[in-house]
Amino acid sequence: MKFSQLRRCLCLALLLSSLALGMCAMPAHAAGKLKIVTATSDLAALAQEVGGDRVDVESIAKGYQDPHFVEAKPSYLLKLRQADLLVVVGLQLEIGWLPPLITQSGNSRIQVSGPGYLDASQFAEILEKPTGEVTRAQGDVHPFGNPHYWLDPENGRRVARGIADKLAELRSSDAAYFNQNFDSFSQRLTEASKKWLAEMEAYRGRKVITYHRSWPNFLKYFGLVTMGEIEPRPGIPPTPSHTLDLINMMKREHVSVILVEPYFDPKTPQSIARETGAQAVIMPPSVGGEKEITDYFKLFDYDLGLLIKAFQATK
Amino acid sequence: MKEALLVFCVVLFVPAVLRAQTSVEESEARFKALEERVRALEAEVQELRAQRMAAVHLASARNGSLSPQVDSSAIPELVGSPDPVKAADPVRAGDPHDPVAAALSPQVPDTSAVQAQGQPLPNYGGASAASKILNPDISMIGDFIGATGKANVPPALEAIGQGPLPVLQMHESELGLQAIIDPYARGDFFLTFGESGVALEEGYITFTALPGGFVAKGGKFRGDFGKVNTLHNHVLPWIDRPLVTDRLLAGEDGIDDAGLSVTRILPAPKGIFLEGTAQVFRGDSGDVFTSSKRGDASVLGHLRAYRDITDQTNLDLGISYARGHNDLGSAFLTDLYGLDATLRWTPLRRTIYHNFVGRAEFVWSRRDQLPLTQRAFGFFTSGDYRLNRRWTVGGRFDRSGRARAANLIDDGFSGVLTYWPSEFSQVRGQYRFTHFAEGPDGNELLFQFIFVLGAHGAHPF
Repeated sequence: MKFSQLRRCLCLALLLSSLALGMCAMPAHAAGKLKIVTATSDLAALAQEVGGDRVDVESIAKGYQDPHFVEAKPSYLLKLRQADLLVVVGLQLEIGWLPPLITQSGNSRIQVSGPGYLDASQFAEILEKPTGEVTRAQGDVHPFGNPHYWLDPENGRRVARGIADKLAELRSSDAAYFNQNFDSFSQRLTEASKKWLAEMEAYRGRKVITYHRSWPNFLKYFGLVTMGEIEPRPGIPPTPSHTLDLINMMKREHVSVILVEPYFDPKTPQSIARETGAQAVIMPPSVGGEKEITDYFKLFDYDLGLLIKAFQATK
Repeated sequence: MKEALLVFCVVLFVPAVLRAQTSVEESEARFKALEERVRALEAEVQELRAQRMAAVHLASARNGSLSPQVDSSAIPELVGSPDPVKAADPVRAGDPHDPVAAALSPQVPDTSAVQAQGQPLPNYGGASAASKILNPDISMIGDFIGATGKANVPPALEAIGQGPLPVLQMHESELGLQAIIDPYARGDFFLTFGESGVALEEGYITFTALPGGFVAKGGKFRGDFGKVNTLHNHVLPWIDRPLVTDRLLAGEDGIDDAGLSVTRILPAPKGIFLEGTAQVFRGDSGDVFTSSKRGDASVLGHLRAYRDITDQTNLDLGISYARGHNDLGSAFLTDLYGLDATLRWTPLRRTIYHNFVGRAEFVWSRRDQLPLTQRAFGFFTSGDYRLNRRWTVGGRFDRSGRARAANLIDDGFSGVLTYWPSEFSQVRGQYRFTHFAEGPDGNELLFQFIFVLGAHGAHPF
């Protein structure tokens, strides 16, 4: 085939492609519900609280899934290409899977600089921000701070406020509705927080260890003290020597509760629990981690229920 | 007169009394706020104290030399200190201009001993992320390969650059530079430093804000022909590339050329992801396509269909077509047809411990050459199973004709074992058996270290 023929073929192919693609109806966004996609189920729960029935919310990661290791499935692109708003946890939690999805979505609204991109970490109190040099000798550290900030109810309130403001910006005609929803959520959260703090008052200062550093905001809010992690470094699987050190420390310090995220192998925590007489509690850090955890309030209800039970059993 | 005096007094004193009442209320509110703040700080200090105690206890347990009593005495009583925040913050506590901090500083334990026992490394100058603002994400990936055993590669294959691997080789060092360029585009560069010099593996701009859902690319990039052609060496599930890639798709270099690309998600029944890609290249891709003159462009089309069968299982199918001129001149064309299938299973509650990926690719090549047009076919199938967080086992079966001599068919199989010390390094071994069409078989043992420095790249899907 000569170049002229090749060129004709190419032009024809491009023309046909353009026609076919041009016929595809562009998604309509003007008047219907705002489509929100969130990186995690917790952000989805908060977005639902303030968005009410004027938004459709979908989360990419399931509540029982490790949010660090989500596969960048093409089916997520189907959600993202239609989205008016993408809410991310930020602080590099999703760095291993979200950036290529955003790039490939073909949706200019949710690109990092777009009007529909919202990094929720900007509203939250962030703990464990490294102050010195960050190296991988420290494990898979998050150089901008711990991204599990949604486990502090006050951060939940702040993030909900940020989402409500963003929704009002995207749909100014519904601004009053979103604000009203936020006020209602905030009020319910204040009441729930009082109840949670009262329930946990008796256990303030209790020592725990965790599998991964998912809980600093939660532990700080409820006055609990973390004495170490089962991972010797973030992202590094447990080693025998570190496990032995933990066991010795737990015996000395009378640490009686081990918090384990549901996506980690419970074998090591269970063997530590056997050795020390502690309780290994499989505690979901996200909405949807168990069937009954259907919203942000139930997440704390469920987790605190487990925790109080474990503390009572190990007095 | 008396009345006037009374009014004057009222006007003079009532605001003062009101102000006094207001200031009392304000003071009370301020005291309450301060009280709450002090409580919050106290809780924070307690937490920090406990963390430090835990660190010292862990270190002592690891070292076995420090007794718990020594540990306890080494920890300052922070709660009772005049300024708990400063006491909790060794940087502020060590400030020589701060009398409170100076008074406290002798009590602050020397943490260097703890650090030496495996705790966080010392701070060399306090480099922060701020110093990297606006710089691209930079990564360097090393790929070190060793080979032993008998390769027995036929001379005909050695002559076209498909010879045996050397015993030890710093096969490739890939420098990645990636950043958002502006609100409309991002840029990605991958430079490879090999034993034969430096090459631009990929360097392209991606337009992410085009209307109509289009995503366009321009620059040098790997063509979307099948799956393996799109993958960089360090993300392959094997040390080498399948035979069909070597024999029909220019091997490691692959279809990798300067060109333009347009991709769009296409309408499809619910639950099915359908994506079309059209690419046009200059026409120089290893020994597959050669551009003898400006008009010898090559074209590539790819259609991808994907479906989640369940939350845990999905199927990814693709068909590819590429056409370009070959090294015999502008009058000689090579057509490539491809079919790829990937089946993945990943239990969402155990993503980091178990998964299975089954792959297959089939390639048909039609190459114009004298005296006869060559029609070759090749394929591979492979499976990888993650046994636990650190170990993955896999296997691959290969069979392929050769692009220039379709009647010569090579086949083989490989067994692969991979160990992951962390997410950023990988040790892999591979046994490879190859049956060459014209001669003795190859029996080789390959091994590889891959190590990643710098920015955390996305995991390929």
